[in-house]
Amino acid sequence: MWKTQYSIGRNQISPPTGVVSTHTARVTWFDMVAFMLVAAILVFVAWGVGEFSAPISTLKRDPITLEPQNLPEYALRTTLRMLIAVSAALAFTLIYAPIAAKSRKAGQILIPVLDILQSIPVLGYVSFTVTAFVAFFPRSMLGVELAAIFAIFTAQAWNMTLSFYQSLRTVPAEMEDAARVFNLSGWQKFWRMELPYAMPGLVWNMMMSMSGGWFFVVASEAITVGNEQVFLPGIGSYIALAIQQQDLNAIACAIGAMGIVIMLYDQLLFRPLVAWSDKFRYEFTARETAPKSWMLDLFQKSALARRLLWPLGWVLHKIACLRLFKPAPSHRRLRAHSARLFDYAWYALLALLALFCLRHVVIFLSTSISVADMWHVAQMGGITLARVVVLIMLASLLWVPLGIYIGLRPGLAAWIQPLAQFLAAFPANLLFPLAVFLISHYKLNADIWLSPLMILGTQWYILFNVVAGASVFPNDLQEAAKNFKIRRWLWWKKVALPGVFPYYITGAIAASGGAWNASIVSEMVSWGDERITARGLGSYIAQMTQNGDFAHIALGIGTMSLMVVLCNRFVWWPLYGMAARKFRFD
Amino acid sequence: MTTPLLELSAITHSFERPDGRKLKVLENINLNLAEGEIVSLLGKSGSGKSTLLRIISQLISPSEGSVAFHASEEQAKRVAMVFQTFALFPWLSVLENVELGLEALGVPEKEMRKRALAAIDLIGLDGYESAYPRELSGGMKQRVGFARALVVNPGLLLMDEPFSALDVLTAETLKTDFIDLWMEKKMPLKSVLMVTHNIEEAVLMSDRILIFASNPGRIAEEIRIDIPHPRDRQGSTFRDMVERIYQLMTTGLSRPQSQQGQRAGLAEPTIHDKLPRVSPNQIAGLVEALAGAPYYGRADLPALDHALQMGTDEILPIVESLGLFRFGEVAQGDITLTVAGRIFAEAGTQRRKEIFAEHLLQNVPLASYMYRVLYERPDKRAPRARFLTHLEDHMNEEEANEVLDAVTSWARYAELFAYHDNSESYSLENPD
Repeated sequence: MWKTQYSIGRNQISPPTGVVSTHTARVTWFDMVAFMLVAAILVFVAWGVGEFSAPISTLKRDPITLEPQNLPEYALRTTLRMLIAVSAALAFTLIYAPIAAKSRKAGQILIPVLDILQSIPVLGYVSFTVTAFVAFFPRSMLGVELAAIFAIFTAQAWNMTLSFYQSLRTVPAEMEDAARVFNLSGWQKFWRMELPYAMPGLVWNMMMSMSGGWFFVVASEAITVGNEQVFLPGIGSYIALAIQQQDLNAIACAIGAMGIVIMLYDQLLFRPLVAWSDKFRYEFTARETAPKSWMLDLFQKSALARRLLWPLGWVLHKIACLRLFKPAPSHRRLRAHSARLFDYAWYALLALLALFCLRHVVIFLSTSISVADMWHVAQMGGITLARVVVLIMLASLLWVPLGIYIGLRPGLAAWIQPLAQFLAAFPANLLFPLAVFLISHYKLNADIWLSPLMILGTQWYILFNVVAGASVFPNDLQEAAKNFKIRRWLWWKKVALPGVFPYYITGAIAASGGAWNASIVSEMVSWGDERITARGLGSYIAQMTQNGDFAHIALGIGTMSLMVVLCNRFVWWPLYGMAARKFRFD
Repeated sequence: MTTPLLELSAITHSFERPDGRKLKVLENINLNLAEGEIVSLLGKSGSGKSTLLRIISQLISPSEGSVAFHASEEQAKRVAMVFQTFALFPWLSVLENVELGLEALGVPEKEMRKRALAAIDLIGLDGYESAYPRELSGGMKQRVGFARALVVNPGLLLMDEPFSALDVLTAETLKTDFIDLWMEKKMPLKSVLMVTHNIEEAVLMSDRILIFASNPGRIAEEIRIDIPHPRDRQGSTFRDMVERIYQLMTTGLSRPQSQQGQRAGLAEPTIHDKLPRVSPNQIAGLVEALAGAPYYGRADLPALDHALQMGTDEILPIVESLGLFRFGEVAQGDITLTVAGRIFAEAGTQRRKEIFAEHLLQNVPLASYMYRVLYERPDKRAPRARFLTHLEDHMNEEEANEVLDAVTSWARYAELFAYHDNSESYSLENPD
């Protein structure tokens, strides 16, 4: 029907080439492929959820094996965990950030809380929450599953929320005015203005946190519950088992599978999201190269997909049109005396809460932790801090010049940029066994040679941020530098390095945060029975987790969190502020 | 005349496009620059003027031809450049920006500081030494640009539209300050080469004007300006000169460029004509301006672009599209509204759209072709690629996209057919 009608039209007007026919035929392909994808995702979620809630005895009956043909199933399970976690993180973001942004009082407490939550190492959450989750669902795998998913959630939620909060706080004033003029309710304003405005930033952060997530999904699938180790079916457990059994082949298979999974995730989920969210960018000039995605094209060009997704769109539209919450008042009312009283009551309440918590912490510390313990942990923290500092410096020395070199050559940057992003997402812990092998084979000093593992996965943040910075370096400044014959060291000092500084800081913050997080897995590494440990806070926490010593885990994690917060406050934030003030291009 | 300071012989330059095809931007440029003269390169944007400037400053090397400096001293061969966008380093203060060029020359610190302060003083930036570029207004920023260029004692100063990013008054002050310094010989410069698209600016400042023709860029005319400084913009010699250059530039427009297959005034229009990227609002705006006082349907182009506060290169494409739509006719540097143009100016919104649609179908073959294709298709839809491939038989991908974008914006306004960006397809307005 379609085809015949088309060929009539084609005969009437002289057709230039056969391009049209292939395009038309492709529309039906789009439909098929799009439909298959949707169906597959639905089936997959249904199956996965069924498996997740299976009784825990299934694991005993049907333990993890190293046969490569099981890998696709494990990969799917891992992927599904990731998907659930990121959905939860999104839901958390959409609730937490608006509350913090809309209510001044809530924001005063919610944002610092978020900052602390962000500084707690991801694996720290696992050690604490797994017992609780298992207690909730005693005979089902759901408890352990939830603990693993929660760990991934904690790797993603905080910075998504912070990004969303930032966007909400910086909604342009004229958009606010427009909302007021059109008398949009708070709910409508959120869906019509604030969410779209924040979308590009949110999607980008989601993608970045996903990179972090892969690292921890691998680290959190093999969980110790009490004295027993549980292997949840997934790539992470597969790797843990491969390490226990010293099976190099299996490790290689896992690396391959992981690569494929990350690539698929990127192509099927994030590339389309980034391309789609580009239409929300709040700018009035068209960008030369908008992000593209074949997947998005496929769905937008497929009539069937449009029809299938239509109900979803309709529901969202209806939700967005609801008139919940009152419109913002056109003038801020003068704050009455009673409001001020309420403020004082609120602060008093917060103070009481803080005192109560402090009392509990003090009691806890004084009963189970000695001063010697604290001194020891502080020392360990110092060692790990030194490692982080040295490694960030080394990575910067290597990647900043290379990144600038690459970024100034668009052809090269187009190649390297996706590669660096891929490497950042790739869970570097897959390569740890190799380090164990090398260190024990050459009898190297573990305190030194285990260190690079911390930065293996996170150094790429420095590289791709610097590449991004160098590739947007204004062409006229480059020409000016050339015209005035600024070369060599002077060029690096006065032109290139300041030019990429804000980007470098962004990358270095991500890299150092990642390095702290990674220290828990990378300061204590094993291969079969062979275990290599470097002294440091990370290995301390890992050791205490193995012993199931909650008081000392808490001490270790608390110390690490404190050090991260201090680093942020006294090093990174001031640098970031300076970068934003002095080194931006107008 | 003594031996020239700079000699360009047979410069030809091509850029390689992503699809591998070459785009010739400059063809056979021969140009001598004598000591003590200011020369302007005048032309439409995209005529390769800035590329030529970059070839002279050795930022790029030409595909063919040679650049030769004839100067005995090393200093006279030095070339400094002033940029349209200022190109100041935002992390360096005014003083540091000015010193940077000297630092690259390895000048000792004491002398460097002395020379930088002198340049800052000369250009009128006293008191701003420790300010950062973002704290300065556009005019002040460009003064830093000048100080930075002059401090290295260049023999030749290249200026790439140095005043076009500034507001009218600021630009005026800066131009006269520059000419004063030049006349008083307070700058180390031997000559100046300036790129501009502002005819008055060129006549005000230069001793010679080279008019560029585009596709590929070449020198079409050379005009010597012998009016003594300070030049009076209102003087009759000045006005005549501006008028003459206008005529040269606009008649160049309607002169058939047969080798390019471009749309020309009298040539039969075809489907694959290159179309000016002008919005319907700009067309309507110019028609309205022409119809009203003080022009009443006929205007002198130089006077018009002065009154509309637009650059020549901004207004020329609009003028061109008025001709294309037969809303206006261009002759002898004047533009006259046609009857259709007058009716269009009088009409209300909906009627305007109808007239526009009618003229679009009649005068732009590509639009009528697309309309026909859409009309004859059963589902009244066609993908963009359908028309793109057709156009690409006659032009490269980038140009084809530009042409298609131009027609799309006109057809949308005329409500002739619709374009859907998501699915990259066209449809007639009411297919269902």
